[in-house]
Amino acid sequence: MSKVSKWYLAPVVAWSVLACAAQPVVAAEVTGAGASFPAPLYAKWADAYQKATGNKINYQSIGSGGGIKQIAAKTVDFGASDMPLKPEELEKQGLTQFPAVIGGEVLAINIPGIKSGTLHLTPALLADIYLGNITKWNDKKITEINPGLTLPDQVIAVVRRSDGSGTTFLFTNYLSKVSPEWKQKVGEGTAVQWPQGLGGKGNEGVSAFVQRLPGAIGYVEYAYALQNKMPYALLQNAEGAYPEPNEASFRAAAAHADWTKSAFNEILTNEPGKDSWPITGATFILMQKVQDKPEQGAASLAFFDWSLKNGAKMASDLSYVPLPDSLVNLIHIAWGGIKDTTGKPVFPAGK
Amino acid sequence: MTATAKVDKSAAQGRNLGEFFFSNATRIAALLTLGLLLAIIISLVHGSWPSIKQFGWGFLWSGEWNPPQDRFGALIPIYGTIATSLIALLIAVPVSFGIALFLTELSPPWLRVPLGTAIELLAAIPSIVYGMWGLLYYAPIFSEYVQPALAATLGKLPVIGVLFSGASLGIGILSAGIILAIMIIPFIASVMRDVFALTPAMLKESAYGVGSTTWEVVWHVVLPYTKVGVVGGIMLGLGRALGETMAVTFLIGNMNFFNGFSLFLPGNSIASALANEFAEAESPLYTSALLELGLILFVITFIVLGLSKLLLLRLSRQEAVRM
Repeated sequence: MSKVSKWYLAPVVAWSVLACAAQPVVAAEVTGAGASFPAPLYAKWADAYQKATGNKINYQSIGSGGGIKQIAAKTVDFGASDMPLKPEELEKQGLTQFPAVIGGEVLAINIPGIKSGTLHLTPALLADIYLGNITKWNDKKITEINPGLTLPDQVIAVVRRSDGSGTTFLFTNYLSKVSPEWKQKVGEGTAVQWPQGLGGKGNEGVSAFVQRLPGAIGYVEYAYALQNKMPYALLQNAEGAYPEPNEASFRAAAAHADWTKSAFNEILTNEPGKDSWPITGATFILMQKVQDKPEQGAASLAFFDWSLKNGAKMASDLSYVPLPDSLVNLIHIAWGGIKDTTGKPVFPAGK
Repeated sequence: MTATAKVDKSAAQGRNLGEFFFSNATRIAALLTLGLLLAIIISLVHGSWPSIKQFGWGFLWSGEWNPPQDRFGALIPIYGTIATSLIALLIAVPVSFGIALFLTELSPPWLRVPLGTAIELLAAIPSIVYGMWGLLYYAPIFSEYVQPALAATLGKLPVIGVLFSGASLGIGILSAGIILAIMIIPFIASVMRDVFALTPAMLKESAYGVGSTTWEVVWHVVLPYTKVGVVGGIMLGLGRALGETMAVTFLIGNMNFFNGFSLFLPGNSIASALANEFAEAESPLYTSALLELGLILFVITFIVLGLSKLLLLRLSRQEAVRM
């Protein structure tokens, strides 16, 4: 088998050698690949960064799974993933990670007669709806906590993502945290075995189903729900409050997380705090801990340094939530751990 | 004398050299295809090896697809792939036959070219466009008018009623099959039209001469004369239906869970599962299981092609006996 795998790889190797040889030596173009959720923001940052400094950043939106594979194989200078890697996985692959920006997920609904932001749901209710334990909108369990609303006698059409995605990971991670039944029957992941419901491809697929099917509920990224003015439900957080899903409540969730432990391995679902939105998440950048090409590592970090300093407004304009300052300081400290082969940090703090 | 002989000789040599290069160039082109096919099979088997080792033959009839727990089976995507393709053929073959028949035998000459071009244009529409059109325009109409009508008529029948029961969502195996039918009609229809047009006029005129109706001419003269081409056209369409990705993804509902035999229910197909999940598949076993799905699709296509060759062989043998 090993013999076979070698000979059929030969042309591939030859091609990549040729491709490398053809590249001019001077170009310090930084390449990154991974998560599609932050891709519009990275593209915007890269554009502004190039205008400001003349350095080029090339980001390929190929999905978090692909981003992790590519940075582990060292084919890119940085990878991007919507879910953090566990410390032992980082150790195994020789990687390090830091958050770049925060986003949230909204429960989009389409229930005849129900206005946006008026329907209240508890974590247990949401899990029961997605498990198929509650099948009608006028179920007693839902009407009990919504005394002011007249909910129709309508079947609940559950909508979710069909493609593997960080959005699904965050949503199923949240349900696993709040519902033991969900954790045991379904679990969490970029794709899971859904007990029921319709799968739409991408945010646009989910929102098309939700807008079309009366009685539908689906999870979509905040930016997407905002741009499409989709009616949403309120979700009870860990402290029993019902915050509005918006930039402030996502930022509150990020502020309550304890970032100092375990290599930024923080998933911001079900965070404490009265004004924290429960389905919030950061998206992460992955880099090699030991840089074979220190100048490329330094160029990547210079880009993120510039973006974290100057890119907050651009992030807000695109409905992402910039990181809190305290977190940015922690990230700067963590960058000291990215070193060249001799053990010197590639991007000394304060440079 | 000697001079002309010399010229002839060198000219002949030049021709031989040209012959040599040309025949080898064509041989390399043909072998390259074979080599590529082999390389694809080897890399698919290599990539799906961990999954083959882990699940064995059980992969083929396990209905579970559970990424968080790394347990995978191909039954639901296989079922969805075959069901949608069969629905597509069931609709597309008679319609295409009608189109080809009309264009070659019945249509007024001035209508032939514009109509034929329109059908070929349908074939050039990218599948993502069919997917988006299907999701945003066709599915709502389908769920509002067609599905309730089907449920009220066919759904009331004893055995096959089960196939047309359940909620009218507009998304599901039947919707995906119908979109596939629309997508493969141009392929089958244009192949059929081209081969029908190849039937020698003398044969048809003789049949008309002895008093045959148009239907009799087509059924007893044109179709037997062109059956190889017709089967080839149907196989071309089936091949496209089996491997179609984007349009199916948008309309099949992408459900990896078996809830019943109703064609109104959402399902999944192999190509659609690959398109949806490959980019974010993280665990090595997950990637490997997806590659094994690809391998299975390859095998299904191979079996379909093999069966069509067998069918043609039997048809030509029957012909020989009759003669």
